[in-house]
Amino acid sequence: MSEATQAREARILPARPAAARTLRYWPWLAALLVSVVLPWLFYDWQHARHAGFIVSVLSQTGMMIIFALSFNMLMGQAGLLSFCHSVLFGLAGYSTVHFLNAAGAGELPVPMELIPLLAGLSGLGFAAVFGYMATKQRSTAFAMITLGIVQLVTTAATMFHHFFGGEGGVKTDRMIDNSLFGLKYAHAIEVYYLIVAWTLVAAIGMYFHTNTPLGRMANACRDNHERAQFVGYDPRIVRFLQFSLAGFYAGIAGGLFAITYEIVTFDAVAAPLAANALLMAYIGGATTFVGPVLGAILITLMQSVVSLMSNSWLIYVGVLFITMVIFAPAGITGIILKHAPIMRAGLMRRLVLPYSRVLVPGVIVLFGSIGLVELLSFFTIGRAQGKRLELFGQPLDIQSAVPWLICLVCLLGGGFWLARESRQFKRIWDGLMEIAQPGGTP
Amino acid sequence: MRFPRSFVRIFLALLAVALWGPGARAADATIKIGYIDPFSGAFAAGGDASLKMFQFIIENINAKGGALGKKFELVTFDDKLQPAEALIALKSVTDQNLPFVMSCVGSNVGSALIDAVNKHNTRNPDNRVLQLNCGQLATELTNEQCSFWHFRFAGSVEMRAVARIKSLPASLKTVYLLNQDYLFGQSIRDDTKKFLALYRPDIKIVGDEMIPLMQVKDFSPYITKIKASGAESLLTGNYGPDLALLIKAGVDAGLNIRYDSYLGHVIGAPTAIGAAGDGRLTSVMEIHDNISVEENNAAQEEFVKQWRTTHDFGFIAINSVTQFDMLVRAIEKVGSTDPLKVALALEGMEQKDMFGAVNIMRKDDHQLLNPYYEAVLTKGQKYDVEKTGMGWKTEFKTTVADETLPTTCTMKRPES
Amino acid sequence: MQVGLISLLDGLVYGMLLFMLASGLTLILSMMGVLNFAHASVYMLGAYFAYQIDQWVGFWPALVIAPVLCGSIGAAIEVWGLRRVHHNGHIAELLFTFGLVFIIGRGVQMIWGMLPMAYRVPAGLDFPLFSLYGENFPAYRGFMLLVSGGMLFTTWLLLKKTRIGLIIQASLTHPGMVSALGHNVPLVFTTVFAGGSFLAGLAGVIAGNYLTTESAMADAMGPIVFVVVIFGGLGSLAGCFTASILMGMVQTFSVVFDYSFADALKPLGVTLAANDLLGEILTIPMSRIGPLVPYALLILILLFRPRGLMGTRET
Repeated sequence: MSEATQAREARILPARPAAARTLRYWPWLAALLVSVVLPWLFYDWQHARHAGFIVSVLSQTGMMIIFALSFNMLMGQAGLLSFCHSVLFGLAGYSTVHFLNAAGAGELPVPMELIPLLAGLSGLGFAAVFGYMATKQRSTAFAMITLGIVQLVTTAATMFHHFFGGEGGVKTDRMIDNSLFGLKYAHAIEVYYLIVAWTLVAAIGMYFHTNTPLGRMANACRDNHERAQFVGYDPRIVRFLQFSLAGFYAGIAGGLFAITYEIVTFDAVAAPLAANALLMAYIGGATTFVGPVLGAILITLMQSVVSLMSNSWLIYVGVLFITMVIFAPAGITGIILKHAPIMRAGLMRRLVLPYSRVLVPGVIVLFGSIGLVELLSFFTIGRAQGKRLELFGQPLDIQSAVPWLICLVCLLGGGFWLARESRQFKRIWDGLMEIAQPGGTP
Repeated sequence: MRFPRSFVRIFLALLAVALWGPGARAADATIKIGYIDPFSGAFAAGGDASLKMFQFIIENINAKGGALGKKFELVTFDDKLQPAEALIALKSVTDQNLPFVMSCVGSNVGSALIDAVNKHNTRNPDNRVLQLNCGQLATELTNEQCSFWHFRFAGSVEMRAVARIKSLPASLKTVYLLNQDYLFGQSIRDDTKKFLALYRPDIKIVGDEMIPLMQVKDFSPYITKIKASGAESLLTGNYGPDLALLIKAGVDAGLNIRYDSYLGHVIGAPTAIGAAGDGRLTSVMEIHDNISVEENNAAQEEFVKQWRTTHDFGFIAINSVTQFDMLVRAIEKVGSTDPLKVALALEGMEQKDMFGAVNIMRKDDHQLLNPYYEAVLTKGQKYDVEKTGMGWKTEFKTTVADETLPTTCTMKRPES
Repeated sequence: MQVGLISLLDGLVYGMLLFMLASGLTLILSMMGVLNFAHASVYMLGAYFAYQIDQWVGFWPALVIAPVLCGSIGAAIEVWGLRRVHHNGHIAELLFTFGLVFIIGRGVQMIWGMLPMAYRVPAGLDFPLFSLYGENFPAYRGFMLLVSGGMLFTTWLLLKKTRIGLIIQASLTHPGMVSALGHNVPLVFTTVFAGGSFLAGLAGVIAGNYLTTESAMADAMGPIVFVVVIFGGLGSLAGCFTASILMGMVQTFSVVFDYSFADALKPLGVTLAANDLLGEILTIPMSRIGPLVPYALLILILLFRPRGLMGTRET
């Protein structure tokens, strides 16, 4: 059994006393606390209002957490690589816009807090329709069918006016005057707390799903599709149900999207969004439940924040994938879990010095490579756009060779240093693992 | 999953550092304008070109002292041509208390922004923002979707259509319509048909084709259809690769036809058409490099020369010059950058453009009324475009009066 | 008749272009199971390299040098990238090529800028070859047919008549067995990947001046090439060829087909209006939904025949 599966088993299997069980849920409580408190850390006391941009990024993160988790129900848990997950998200978003318009006109007496549930149900419906087609196959054929579906639906969304509103999309007003708590949802912060509530609900739902027979059989079909048939379940039905449920949760995310932005266009069904989900789940770690959550947070931060600072953020995303794919295929949580034996043996302290010795050349290499990318980008594109290149507030003159040389030296010199430190680190790591798990597989 | 506490603390600290930067308050020393356009991805060329033209304009304005003694500064945001991203960028704009937000590319983004700005200004009357539309042309934006907080400084599709139809030669009898299947292209098709019926009922429409946006690579089948229809002119609102490939295919096939375009002057198309396009391509534009020569305007010719020393594409943003002139006047008149006051000052303002024609910012729908030039791309002109050896030569000109069209706008005006 | 014949020729040219691009991808996907998303990016690189070499030297050297450059890039990707990632699974390989797409896309923009490149048909080929019903058939298109046909023939020759070709053929269908027989399968993989990239680069050189050379060309061609590869089936170049021509014809002929489903129902006395989504779908003419047809075909064939048209292996 791989270490990741071992670790997951250790976390998920029950059999603990009641008090320890409650304490086991502390990550959930901590996450809830953090997400509730976070906007207030950036509160603009001078103008007595919330930082709109922060609330936006946090809301987007919440939606993407649900989306990435639901995607991982397919990829990580069922071994189904789906390129059309955005279709379920987006179609639910379109439906929600129509629901909200109907609610605003008084035709739909559903309170705002339950609208995401309606969105989830519409996601479920669409997933059942598309899933019926897609889950007839598995593995690569499944992936290709989903690729065809996403291209079809994207083009259709730009073409047809009824339901899709053509290329301009459909708009709504979320102030429908129907709320269980008497909220108007005029302010972004109220929508944010709605998102927090639903993210918690969806995450809990998906977490418990992993423990259900369906969730377990999905794992089985992923691991050994032929043998799962011998157990007595039809893998096709398992795939179909898993796909539909994943669509339900994706639909919730789509509904929250529609509520937040009040407009849905074809890019909510398009392939780049599905690719985003893939990135988030993989980078965070598809083998754990919480991996996609981390991935969603990281990718959303990169997209919203890094793209503000640099137009070359796509390159950084590309390099991040490639690095992760080569060195850390189990994602960020994979890296963290690798430390588990050392942590259990109480030897973490011994890693502090080696880590800092690797960190220093690592930062230098990072500085050098980012510097080169930014210099090159500025040289060919930015300069003509009239921008100034500034590092820590000091304007840089790119005509002189100095900045280029510095970055090159950092990159190459730091690279050699890093290679040397990595070898040393590996020796120490292996040694510690030997102590923590004598004779065991690292 | 047990997270070490230190991990949580480090994460929060990083988050705070990462997020605090963009939330910084705007300095009072400059007048900042949030500029939202695509700067990455497939449509980056559009945003890139606009940004260069704006930098040029703002340098000139700041050299003359800016407004109220303060210089203008652009704060750019990349929306990747997605409405959702543009809305996030808008949040950042209002967060930093920027009084103005500007956007040029993509009528779908423009439409989303109008809606979002309306909602924001209604819900947050103490932190309003004014929307300056510098190039999103769909007619709907100043008709059905018009808004008090939205000012369009680029002529609508409708206005362009008037110039396009009126400039067609009298001997032309048959046209083939071909447009991109989205908000803008549909707007072009509808307005083309409307004005053909109004001004040139003698012209017969022998074909009406809608193509998916930026998807068609091989236009030869369309050329076959056009040839079979016997049309004398191809009337198209295509731009970018959709126009370049269309004309290439037509020229390759030896199709003897006029290419009467709406946006043939936009960056990239003249390069792609090449020498075989000599005398075939006409377009409707607000400005081209040879007007200053044709009208013997030495000052404007100087402007053209200065632009051409550092850029290899034509300057087409005359309306943006008018936009900034008007903005400066409005700000100086009301003595502040408060969006409501500036909006009231901009309404109904009249301003001379670079060639002395009086443009009007109409109060009813906040649409700038400006004249158009219809020109043909041909050899032998003093200033060529994009180093192709061919330049634009004016064939027809409309006046502001020609372009003053009725509007269906019923604008909701704010109480205070 | 006139329209039919001209469309046939146009469809053939477009189909052969698709085949040039898809054949490399079929080889890579069939043998290594790698969904190479970066294939279209290499195609784009081929076009840009050709433009640059054309500026410095000329078109004919570019025709040779650019594909070789692309082939070497492909080999480098395989040796230093994919080989390391291979043991992590197919998704890891897919993500690796994904990351490459972003890097190449932005890299091209950084080096050559955002505007389309003035990469033109060489003067020697810029004349009408013959005239059909008054419409010219440009010589360059004939050249494209010649190159793609020649490439098809060469590839067939290589695969069927040489020893390395035999090994490649065997690896297409039974990679494990070939390795067990003692052949240097990693080297074969590298050769195939480099060869596929060479073909993509060649397609870029040919198509770059026929279509436009700009940073969005990879996104435009990518999806349709995948459709062709999967539709044709894994492990079969003949299937890939059939699928390319079929898709090319479908795209070309659907444009001239101005009828909609509603028109088909009219003789039965049923008139439909575009009042709702269903009505809209039924009344839209084929010429407008032409680009959708390949994807619909892909879904259909995968539902009923997952190995594709002529695939020799289950996907």
